[in-house]
Amino acid sequence: MEERESQLPEEVAEPKGNLEEATIESQQEAKADDKEEEKHSVSSADTQPAKEDSKEIGVEKVADEQEEKQKVEEKRETKEVQTAEIKMEKAPQKAPKKIKTVPCKVMLLDGTEYSCDLEKRAKGQVLFDKVCEQLNLLEKDYFGLLLRDNSDQKNWLDSSKEIKRQIRSLPWIFTFNVKFYPPDPSQLTEDITRYFLCLQLRQDIASGRLPCSFVTHALLGSYALQAELGDYDSEEHNNHYISEFQFAPNQTKEMEDKVVELHKTHRGLTPAQADSHFLENAKRLSMYGVDLHHAKDSEGVDIMLGVCANGLLIYKDRLRINRFAWPKILKISYKRSNFYIKVRPAELEQFESTIGFKLPNHRAAKRLWKVCVEHHTFYRLISPEQPPKAKFLTLGSKFRYSGRTQAQTRQASNLIDRPAPYFERTSSKRVSRSLDGAPVGITDQSLLRDFSAATVGPTGDMVFDDEAVGQTTLKNGEGRDEDGSPTKIQQLKLTQDEKPKATSLSASYDNDLNYKAEEEEVEEDQSGLIISAASVAETIKVETGEEETQQQDLDKTQDDLLKHQASISELKRNFMESTPEPRPNEWEKRRITPLSLQTQGSLEEEITSILFSKEGFSTSMKSTFTSSTARTAEGTVVKDNVPSEMLSASPFLQLPEKLASRAEGPCTGASDADKSSHETLNVVEEKKQAEVGIEETVVIDEINRGTIQAVTDAGESRKVEHLSKKDSSSLSSDSSSSSESEDEVVGEYQPHHRAAEDIIREEQEENEDAKRMEECATKVIQSVETIQEGSKVTVNQTQVTAKALSQENAVAIKTGEKNVMEEGKQDLRAEDEEEQLRINGDVSHVDIDVVPQIICCSEPPVVKTEMVTISDATQRTEISTKEVPIVQTETKTITYESPQFDGSAGGDAGVLLSAQTITSESVSTTTTTHITKTVKGGVSETRIEKRIVITGDADIDHDQALAQAIKEAKEQHPDMSVTRVVVHKETELAEEGEE
Amino acid sequence: MAGLSSFGRYTHAVVRSLPDSLGAPATGDGAGPAEPVDLAKAHRQYGVYTGILRQKLGLQVIELPADEGLPRSVLVEDAAVIQGDTALVTRPWEPARRGEISSIKKVLEELKMRVVEVTDDGATLDGSDVLFTGREFFVGISKWTNHRGAEMVADTFRDFAVSTVPVAGSSHLKSFCSMAGPDTVAIGSSEAAKKAMRTMEQLTDHHYDTLTVPDDPAGNCVYVRLGPKGSALLHRSPEEFPNSLQPFQKLADLTLIPAACSEVAKLGGALSSCSLLINKKLDR
Repeated sequence: MEERESQLPEEVAEPKGNLEEATIESQQEAKADDKEEEKHSVSSADTQPAKEDSKEIGVEKVADEQEEKQKVEEKRETKEVQTAEIKMEKAPQKAPKKIKTVPCKVMLLDGTEYSCDLEKRAKGQVLFDKVCEQLNLLEKDYFGLLLRDNSDQKNWLDSSKEIKRQIRSLPWIFTFNVKFYPPDPSQLTEDITRYFLCLQLRQDIASGRLPCSFVTHALLGSYALQAELGDYDSEEHNNHYISEFQFAPNQTKEMEDKVVELHKTHRGLTPAQADSHFLENAKRLSMYGVDLHHAKDSEGVDIMLGVCANGLLIYKDRLRINRFAWPKILKISYKRSNFYIKVRPAELEQFESTIGFKLPNHRAAKRLWKVCVEHHTFYRLISPEQPPKAKFLTLGSKFRYSGRTQAQTRQASNLIDRPAPYFERTSSKRVSRSLDGAPVGITDQSLLRDFSAATVGPTGDMVFDDEAVGQTTLKNGEGRDEDGSPTKIQQLKLTQDEKPKATSLSASYDNDLNYKAEEEEVEEDQSGLIISAASVAETIKVETGEEETQQQDLDKTQDDLLKHQASISELKRNFMESTPEPRPNEWEKRRITPLSLQTQGSLEEEITSILFSKEGFSTSMKSTFTSSTARTAEGTVVKDNVPSEMLSASPFLQLPEKLASRAEGPCTGASDADKSSHETLNVVEEKKQAEVGIEETVVIDEINRGTIQAVTDAGESRKVEHLSKKDSSSLSSDSSSSSESEDEVVGEYQPHHRAAEDIIREEQEENEDAKRMEECATKVIQSVETIQEGSKVTVNQTQVTAKALSQENAVAIKTGEKNVMEEGKQDLRAEDEEEQLRINGDVSHVDIDVVPQIICCSEPPVVKTEMVTISDATQRTEISTKEVPIVQTETKTITYESPQFDGSAGGDAGVLLSAQTITSESVSTTTTTHITKTVKGGVSETRIEKRIVITGDADIDHDQALAQAIKEAKEQHPDMSVTRVVVHKETELAEEGEE
Repeated sequence: MAGLSSFGRYTHAVVRSLPDSLGAPATGDGAGPAEPVDLAKAHRQYGVYTGILRQKLGLQVIELPADEGLPRSVLVEDAAVIQGDTALVTRPWEPARRGEISSIKKVLEELKMRVVEVTDDGATLDGSDVLFTGREFFVGISKWTNHRGAEMVADTFRDFAVSTVPVAGSSHLKSFCSMAGPDTVAIGSSEAAKKAMRTMEQLTDHHYDTLTVPDDPAGNCVYVRLGPKGSALLHRSPEEFPNSLQPFQKLADLTLIPAACSEVAKLGGALSSCSLLINKKLDR
């Protein structure tokens, strides 16, 4: 009891801290969501537009507080270890259940153990923060917590997820470890950080993980001794003192003698100095900071993959046989137990190559992939956050590193102004003694001064004592100092914001690296995709709600599916019943669910569930999805599509804010998004590129069989859904690769897909709208012959707007604004017209509710009025190039769309026969082809949808490029008709200024 | 571990006198000299070379006596890989040359080096396939050196990255490249040399400047730091490779010291092959 009580204050304090930070954040900026700071709210915040963030956070606060109370209450409850199970919890915050705490232990670097009780559902971040607080560590971004499983591999606790979901049946025991080794430890701000790094390295060295030569073992050992024992004392340090220490895996007498010999030469070095010397030598070791993973190359040869700050290293035995610097890697992905990197073409080569490695198992592949994503983000990017538009991108990317990057943590730590904290070294008591009478090493005097913490005075010993004392006194104040940290953080964020350009630059460097994890995405996704999708789904579902549920119930064959569905329905219920607040949590739960399942299937499930949720988006989406899933190889997955949509939507939203002129900026983002979507889950990094690039997306819908491009939306959507494989073969360049992937995917996931399809059919009618939206989102604008008077948004595709809107709605909903919600619901239900309406409505909502700055976007996209619908896709064939240019000039985003397809038209839901997505890429163009074959009312339709994304600098003549693209497409498929042309011109949003 | 600042700093050089059997065809599979060796000229060049080591570079030269049974023993570089206080005595691919090892090992031990021997019977390693840049090792996987030999390098010098570079033909890695400065790689212009350079650039975490010389053999030079003040570069004489002089002249703050080794080159040797450079001072 005592323990618990004593800890209560701590926990209570914690949430407050969060709140503060959250508040700050909201004030400061919506875009940068630092998981650390936001904690609970992070996941949701990530996905949503900035504006919503603030609100959302507010909601979160409430939730947090509630949780807190619950915690307190629950603490008194008996502790139970809850095994990971899939549990649909309804808005737990609201109905305070008994929260149970779990005893939890963390092995610290100095060999001691920290224990505490955690709420069962606590996220990793909570524990990590507690530990760092215990350690008095501010520069904590370099560190992490390891799960304790039996493997020799490192499994990091994801701080953004519930611990329970990650740990499964293991005991709640963790190890505090360095996660990102600072390439230059001297740039760390605090000695205490260096101290922990030293402890980690000593472990690494002693265990043999960090190989050293004899000489280096001895040298590092001697610095360790100096740091721990102080100066060598011939009386005190007899021959055996050294034996207590382990310096090397195979420590010999010879080595110990050498250590002692060197120890004698370090006289006068303070512990902090000794640590610094230690680190200066350790950092040069070639394996410093290299995280090794066993693998086999394509020929089955055992190799090791080393992930480090600079990239990926390939070792055979101890020899480095290849190396891929981050800038050279375009994409990293994994599928099953295979890990792939796509490498930029070498100087004289024309094509990118993809290199595959075989990992021992699926988990290992996923682990490696995650580590790569994290390392790349941490070391190469200035900020893990994406620009606002990026948030939508988030959808596309699955797992992402959510912490601070090295650049950020450096900035943040520059702001640390607390007095150097006092900390006890393992045997620091002896240090002071040894210092007595010890002359200050002359050599190091200068160094000493450099160390702010240790004020070295003329008299060595006294100095040290003073230092210690000073630190101690300071220590008391440290608690307060922490208050300061948030402030610093704020500043940091500000700076980040101010430096968007820099970001973009660096980003452009890296931009190309995509992280692709097919399954992962969904599962791992920070919530980005899922959440947003979910929100949308929810809204949609609200309308359809019951039916869906029933449908879902129908598919009992798929247990997993059911679970997801259940969760979805849960979500719906929550949504309907409650205020937005609960959602994020719900989502998280949902997200986590797959993990608990832990099977690969889970991913699929997730996807499926997403699909469901996406119904709102579109059947086509679904179809795409299925196909895409199959397609894993190319990475074009439905998921991608979704993200792209989201992305595309985002630009619109943002455009208004930024600048009307700026409109271009967002487009880039969108295009990037598209790319990402093509490639599967791309890491948001690409967004940053956006600055200069202007991307144009042309979507050309081909209807091979003079299908009935009925004016009705439903018809369209169905068509989209139904893809004929024959066509696909002819169409796509990538078909071969895709087929491969298909096979694999099929093996495991097939069932789910089917289920999804079924559902799709059932829901088609409802979904039609959604489908359209998807398409729009995709930036596909059906060919519009009519260009609305150069007005910005020409023919608005319901879809596009819808997407944007829907997203917005979702966000808004989360925000908890009821108005928004209502509208959103309406929108969802609404057919095309309604959608449009809601779009408008949404926009308005957004503007009103959200931070004005951010919200502006809605305007551009909304060309409410004229829906120019050209029902005949066929006729459309001629989309004159001219038009396109016009569009560009006037509007950032121009969508030419054939009229809405009647939403309800197809009472007869078409049957989706097949769907394929093929993606091919060339230097500046990405072409995605969706082929859908549908049987509708006895008429089979094949619909081929091509999306061409042209990326390039402002210098490129986009009009020409667009014309060329259309021309080529036509040449390829003479029969095709262009239904939609959407042109997005994007330049990067300038700094997200408002913040 | 030795800091970068010590790269190129040496105190001792181990050389070995020329045997009269220098021009004799090697036994076994080892190729004999492609052209007849002018023994007198070889001696002259050797004399100049050791003179430079002593006089111009200020090194303490330890000269091992010639062994008539070991015609190629003048190429001492093949016998050991030295970095800091650690020396890995090699296991030459040519069995006939393994006899050269023992005396080298002995002298290194006398110099209080930490001597490591190749324990793997499957390993073959020639020292002239090993390029140490000051930051890392590149080991040429060649006719002479195999993967396991390279592993021995990695095992011995664990502080450093050891990368492998395929080398075609009968060249050693250092037949066409070497360090011309702390961050500068001198490299020949042949396709093989360029390819090797590309490989090294791919494998390294660092950036090296490259100094391209028209003639592959001229890519092998010896960079030596002379105290705090300056450094010297021993390079092939303009008489041998007139076109390759100019690139070296672009290097600033370097004392260029031309030296010829045309005769030893007939055995596959190069400037760096004829000495083992050692830094005995503990510098930290």
